[in-house]
Amino acid sequence: MIINRSRYMTQSIAKFLIWMGALSTIAVMILILFQILKEGLPVLHLRFFLDSPKNMGREGGIFSTLIGTMALTGVAIFFGAPLGVGTAVFLREFTRESKISRVIRFGTDCLAGVPSIIFGLFGFVFFVIQLNMGWSILSGGLTLAAMILPTVISTSEESIRAIPPSYREVSYSLGGTKWQTITRVVLPSALPGIFTGILLSIGRSIGETAAVILTAGSSLVMPTSLFSPIRTMSVHFYILAREGISMEMAYGTGAALILLVLMINMMAQWLINRYIRHRT
Amino acid sequence: MSQGSKIVIKDFNFYYGAVQALRNINLPIQPNQIFTIFGPARSGKTTLLKSLNRLTDLIFGTNHTGSIFLDGTDIYDSKVDLTHLRRRIGIVFDLPTPLPMSIFDNIAYGPKLSRTNRRNRLNEIVEKALRSAALWEEVKDRLHGSALRLSGGQQQRLCIARILALEPEVLLLDEPCSGLDPISTTSIEETLFQLKKDYTIILAPHNIQQASRVADRAGFFLNGELVEEGPVYQIFTKPRDKRTEDYVTGKFG
Ligand SMILES: Nc1ncnc2c1ncn2[C@@H]1O[C@H](COP(=O)(O)OP(=O)(O)OP(=O)(O)O)[C@@H](O)[C@H]1O
Ligand SMILES: [Mg+2]
Repeated sequence: MIINRSRYMTQSIAKFLIWMGALSTIAVMILILFQILKEGLPVLHLRFFLDSPKNMGREGGIFSTLIGTMALTGVAIFFGAPLGVGTAVFLREFTRESKISRVIRFGTDCLAGVPSIIFGLFGFVFFVIQLNMGWSILSGGLTLAAMILPTVISTSEESIRAIPPSYREVSYSLGGTKWQTITRVVLPSALPGIFTGILLSIGRSIGETAAVILTAGSSLVMPTSLFSPIRTMSVHFYILAREGISMEMAYGTGAALILLVLMINMMAQWLINRYIRHRT
Repeated sequence: MSQGSKIVIKDFNFYYGAVQALRNINLPIQPNQIFTIFGPARSGKTTLLKSLNRLTDLIFGTNHTGSIFLDGTDIYDSKVDLTHLRRRIGIVFDLPTPLPMSIFDNIAYGPKLSRTNRRNRLNEIVEKALRSAALWEEVKDRLHGSALRLSGGQQQRLCIARILALEPEVLLLDEPCSGLDPISTTSIEETLFQLKKDYTIILAPHNIQQASRVADRAGFFLNGELVEEGPVYQIFTKPRDKRTEDYVTGKFG
């Protein structure tokens, strides 16, 4: 009877704590969103998105930074995703657990823990100076590609690992080659997981500031090529707020950032669900 | 003895690392018959079946000695094209293994791999395979629905149809009815009867009754050894070896 009661107590305390945890997470999230959106939403008109910034960002909109953000993220994913997915396929399908795979895995785990500013420094020294690519979309994109690589590799590896071995066996038993097995069974089955990893990476690329300032610069001029310097929305937000240029515009940019990320996530989720429903 | 045999297994030993799973197997298998290899758990049935189309190659650290001849050619010869071999010798596993795609795509998976098949040919191939596996009537209206939503018995017949779509010469069936209800089992056994006209079938049954029901010849396996083989009625009524007799009369198993 006493034991039962104390068990019951533990149960309810645990339940209470778990609920508190969940609720405060949601509360913090809502607070942040509310704060930014309350100040930022009034600034968001179509003009805000389509006008270029004027007078250092005090007036006008955020068009060039929107383009900059998309270009930079695009380049990062363009290089980072295939390389990361390729590495994951190599680790899971082409090597057994061995020295090489352990070294690669240890390397990516280390990379995952490196602060982004270090990537920025590396990108600055290597791409901007050494390779003489200057502050540019390309320098910044390649730096971000290196930064997201560990995420892409580990999420892809995880989802490839989760595929039942029988799928591969079936493919081989029907006369499939290794390449056919990978492209027709392994990758399609791993796709939702891989896609989720890429999505996380897009989020990180959009949100990154330190590494971006060091490698892509902070120019407000509309980019004309991959070698143009740019300013991303995150960097714009940071500079507007940090240098006290315009809190109003800063909040507007912040709200736009939130909407952008939200939109990408919702679209991606929709695509993933559709894909999974189609296959099962 | 091996005259006219489709498959001849000669002095075949198989090892998983240090574990020997097959011991000195010698066995000829005739075409257009159902040959059943039966025996208690871990007697090497699956290993033998997977050796026959070299799926064991996928497992790291395995080894073999001896040879297996398909129409007189050693399948372990280094010149053998593995993809071609596996198209000639199809296998169905003990648990249904539909791929996570539509019924149509499951059946078309093998034919598409060789790129020689046009789309309208594919429609024909799929229908023919499904009819041969006695599944067509049940799925013809949902060919593009997911194969994962079929029942267990339907999934297993799908796996048989998937193999048939490749028009193989030999069918390997590894306990294809384990985990299926009696009705599905009956319908699969009927399918096998139809198929043996055109194929060489090697079946690991999921119990002795099934072996005696469907097979023409049988081989009794114990601890990786082929104890004896012969016509089914002889193996089950007048076994020569004491161990076979003990097993078929249910003294162990
Ligand atoms: N992948 C593997 N690695 C190592 N040993 C294995 C492997 N697969 C099978 N074995 C061993 O080989 C022997 C034969 O196993 P096999 O699966 O061929 O028997 P089986 O007759 O099919 O048994 P069951 O009726 O349980 O399916 C067993 O001792 C088993 O432990
Ligand atoms: Mg088995």
